[in-house]
Amino acid sequence: MAEGVLEIESAKSGELTPAVYEHPWPVRFCHWVNTVALFVMVGSGLQIFRAFPSFGAKIPQKDLLDWPKAYALGGWLGGGLQWHLTFMWIYMATGIFYLGYQVFSGNYRQVLFMPRDLRGVWPMARHYFFFGPKPPARETYNPLQKLAYTSAILLGVLSVLTGFAIWKPVQFSWLAWLMGGFHLARVWHFAVMWAILFFVFGHLVMVVLHGWNNFMSMLTGWKKDPEYTPR
Amino acid sequence: MPSRTNQRGFKRMNRRELLKLTPVLALGAFAIHKLQEPLLSAGLGFSDWASRLMFRKHHLAPTFADSELTPFEKFPINDYDVDDPEVDLDQWALTVTGEVQKRGDYTLAQIQALPKIQQNTRHVCVEGWDVIGRFGGTRLSEFLKMVGADPTARFISVKCEDGYYESLDMATAMHPQTLLCYEMYDQPLTREHGAPLRLNVPTKIGYKQAKYLTDLKVTHIIEKAGGYWEDQGYSEFYGL
Repeated sequence: MAEGVLEIESAKSGELTPAVYEHPWPVRFCHWVNTVALFVMVGSGLQIFRAFPSFGAKIPQKDLLDWPKAYALGGWLGGGLQWHLTFMWIYMATGIFYLGYQVFSGNYRQVLFMPRDLRGVWPMARHYFFFGPKPPARETYNPLQKLAYTSAILLGVLSVLTGFAIWKPVQFSWLAWLMGGFHLARVWHFAVMWAILFFVFGHLVMVVLHGWNNFMSMLTGWKKDPEYTPR
Repeated sequence: MPSRTNQRGFKRMNRRELLKLTPVLALGAFAIHKLQEPLLSAGLGFSDWASRLMFRKHHLAPTFADSELTPFEKFPINDYDVDDPEVDLDQWALTVTGEVQKRGDYTLAQIQALPKIQQNTRHVCVEGWDVIGRFGGTRLSEFLKMVGADPTARFISVKCEDGYYESLDMATAMHPQTLLCYEMYDQPLTREHGAPLRLNVPTKIGYKQAKYLTDLKVTHIIEKAGGYWEDQGYSEFYGL
């Protein structure tokens, strides 16, 4: 897509810097709405969890952990539920808009992890975690990135499905059944949250490591001086 | 060949792209103190509206084998005030008012004369725990038929001996698993579990299962959100 590639000419030296349009606005829009929505969903979800911080029986109740009130949103269970039941619609709407856009625009090719990406995962992981040589960058996302983002999207879908299983265990009893019953569905919903938080943590570390131009690309779409040769 | 621009042109383009994200700032409305409450109550209202659409009047809540029951002594006793509001069981009657043909007081014997249903269903608390209990009673729909309730009325509201109050939408009240419950685990209700009469609604969250019933009203309108916890900010519909 040649229309997404530019050369920026410096007024002083006449030097040319390449720039590439990496993120179409629907992707950026969904990314930032989702940033807020995830923050609210996790914060209010932990508030809801505080009401019964256990996965066992009510009698006798054995608490799993004592989550501090300061790190939960909504003030009390009712408040947490209000935030959760409001933002889940924003969370789902962004998710549906995002998936729809990716599929119908064909932009999903940029991010969807495919079997051919498999062999590129280990060299990239070796580079990040064990100081291996840096594999040459060829496209917007490297294979490890595609794996991470594709997993994150799947986790998003799972968070919605597990959520529905515990919010509507009668109307969607088949969902709860798929997850091993209502009781286990609540465990899955909690586990999916931690998996998403694990992704977010890794994501933030990478954002810090990759600097300003990379960060700006999620705001403006344009990445100045990319690591790969734009096609 | 890539097109060429200068640094100013690139900056201008970036600014334009950044402006496309300004709608995201609308979420900031949730941070404004004055707007927060109306926005969240609109969100909760939207959830309730969606829940009403998801409710299917013939779809049954899962039922369970006797072996899956939570032991009776491990079925939690939950109140907003007291475990035992000291109902005078000898004098007790259910006072029926509102959009019905036969208003008046109904004794437990009259209610127990209606066909009896027994079901093992899940009781889900808004806090997150759940138990499977055995409930016995008569269908609320049978009782409503007996008293000649107006089927076009929108709600059933109940009052309790301890001051608690609740309401159900008519579709849920007519659901075949919605019981006027006078037995748990094949025994008459204990005082702590709501003697002599409580609601058992397997398609609803726990706080809808009001205990120690004293009054039942068939009505087109409910005040505020129609229940003790609902009036504190919980979901009005909360169908499972």
